[in-house]
Amino acid sequence: MALGTRIAPASRPMVRGGGWAVMAHWLRKYRRVWFGSAVSSFLTPLLYLAGMGFGLGMLVDSGSGGVGGVPYVVFVAPGVLAATAMQVGTGETSFSVMGGIKWDRMYHAMLATPLGPRDVVAGQLGFVAVRVLTSVTAFFVIAAMLGTVRSPWAVLAIPVAGLGGMAFAALMFAFAARLENDRGLTLAFRFVITPMSLFAGTFFPVEQLPGWLQPVAWATPLWHAVEACRDLFLGTVALGPLLGHLAYVGAWAVLGYVLAVRVLTRRMVV
Amino acid sequence: MPDSPLIVARGLVKRFGDFVAVDGIDVEVRPGESFGFLGPNGAGKSSTMRMIGCVSPPSGGTLQVLGMDPATDGPRIRARLGVVPQRDSLDEELTVEENLWVYGRYFGLPRAVVQERAKELLEFAQLTDRASSIVEPLSGGMKRRLTIARGLVNTPDILLLDEPTTGLDPQARHVLWDRLFRLKREGVTLVLTTHYMDEAEQLCDRLVVMDRGRIVAEGSPRELIDTYSTREVLELRFDTDDHAHRLGDVDGIADRVEVLADRLLLYVRDGEAAHAEVLRRGLEPLSALVRRATLEDVFLHLTGRSLVD
Ligand SMILES: Nc1ncnc2c1ncn2[C@@H]1O[C@H](COP(=O)(O)OP(=O)(O)OP(=O)(O)O)[C@@H](O)[C@H]1O
Ligand SMILES: [Mg+2]
Repeated sequence: MALGTRIAPASRPMVRGGGWAVMAHWLRKYRRVWFGSAVSSFLTPLLYLAGMGFGLGMLVDSGSGGVGGVPYVVFVAPGVLAATAMQVGTGETSFSVMGGIKWDRMYHAMLATPLGPRDVVAGQLGFVAVRVLTSVTAFFVIAAMLGTVRSPWAVLAIPVAGLGGMAFAALMFAFAARLENDRGLTLAFRFVITPMSLFAGTFFPVEQLPGWLQPVAWATPLWHAVEACRDLFLGTVALGPLLGHLAYVGAWAVLGYVLAVRVLTRRMVV
Repeated sequence: MPDSPLIVARGLVKRFGDFVAVDGIDVEVRPGESFGFLGPNGAGKSSTMRMIGCVSPPSGGTLQVLGMDPATDGPRIRARLGVVPQRDSLDEELTVEENLWVYGRYFGLPRAVVQERAKELLEFAQLTDRASSIVEPLSGGMKRRLTIARGLVNTPDILLLDEPTTGLDPQARHVLWDRLFRLKREGVTLVLTTHYMDEAEQLCDRLVVMDRGRIVAEGSPRELIDTYSTREVLELRFDTDDHAHRLGDVDGIADRVEVLADRLLLYVRDGEAAHAEVLRRGLEPLSALVRRATLEDVFLHLTGRSLVD
């Protein structure tokens, strides 16, 4: 407007705790599917670790005596832990974000109230954090029961993997909020998320990759989350590298959040 | 100032890129009145409603809602509005009552207050017996009533309804109208858009006719009809490919004649007298019908087009 010298972003919340109300809404929706979701949170790691870790691990271990001096299952568990966090996080901010904009149009309903885009993003990511942390915890419990945990520091892999999952969730939110249809989401999973969970040091050391691909792997937040989790699992953790990994993943998380709010505002406030 | 206007727009403009959807409109809505935007598809009704609802920033002009500026006080204004958007935005995975609970929390209402209020609103929306049904399989009319109930959860000062009954069957529309009448009687300020002239006639104390982003007329339904139409209309259908050919035959009978694809509309004070004259002249229409003029006639006169295409 003409004399708009006072600046107050449309996203400024008025109701304190608007984000909590959004988070409560998502949790209420989740209540309808929590049981199946919880079962798969436990079954997925079990299948992965049994199949990849022990099945494939048998071959690896008998061929070369493990990876970096530890049995393959011990190598792979923290990698899959971090990748699981990414998958849960992106799974919760892809189709549901598109739906909020285009299908059930829930974001339209939310933004007609005192809430702003910031509350919508923060509230949904709050819910995603609950989902990611519970899934990672379930994974950790299974991994520990299968004897893949070599150090008490490993407990810290839960929040570290969680942070990684949130970085991806926020980035996926920003990406999904730009899209006109869900083809882009399918492509993102097929050509970014899935390859990353295979090649970012999860199932084999990045050094196995062709030379030119290694820097790509290092640049992914997932590789940093995987490395940090692996050091914690094996007890080979050192403060400097750990903080470095955390700072890198944390920076992506912050960037993702800022982008998500900005993209959603552009999309909805027209 | 008890009756200072709740909504004041001056030269309000909404642009999407180069396209001008709302082209400088002036509107005032006073407390307790039921105000309508009547116009065909694409007239700019929803764009206007979204600006009033403080979810879409105006591109020009000034807008005040509840005495505040949407550019700076959006959340504060939205806290006191109820919104029924053109397209439903219910959470179809949740139950009817859960939709109200969740929404009430968005206004910062305490849980107990919301649950109490939800009971009253479900009663009002005649959905009490469906309170714990999932929303998804409900009928269009029920979803619409739930959306209205949801819009009332914060006891708003203004209820904005964007095409509240479009797409509903006649019976469901009447149920909805009945509910809106009740709100009107209770003094809730209603602002609604519609492209149904009967809806506008029934619900609006005052309305503006919108076409291509502009306001082409303003007044009560009665005033608009009196100003832009005669009291009665004689509709004549002839056995011809082009009704314009029959204009000469009815010359002098009516104040004004509109040619439609399948009939002539004769705007007259006394329909029966005009019909008698048609018969006296020996014209033999396939059918002849005398009716009262409606807002549809007003719109036709103002724009040369029909409201519903
Ligand atoms: N986000 C947008 N981007 C571009 N153009 C838009 C946008 N929203 C609306 N328009 C255009 O602005 C014009 C007015 O649209 P609007 O939805 O306000 O009309 P309306 O009177 O509500 O029509 P309807 O009866 O179809 O709901 C239309 O031509 C529409 O295509
Ligand atoms: Mg519309």
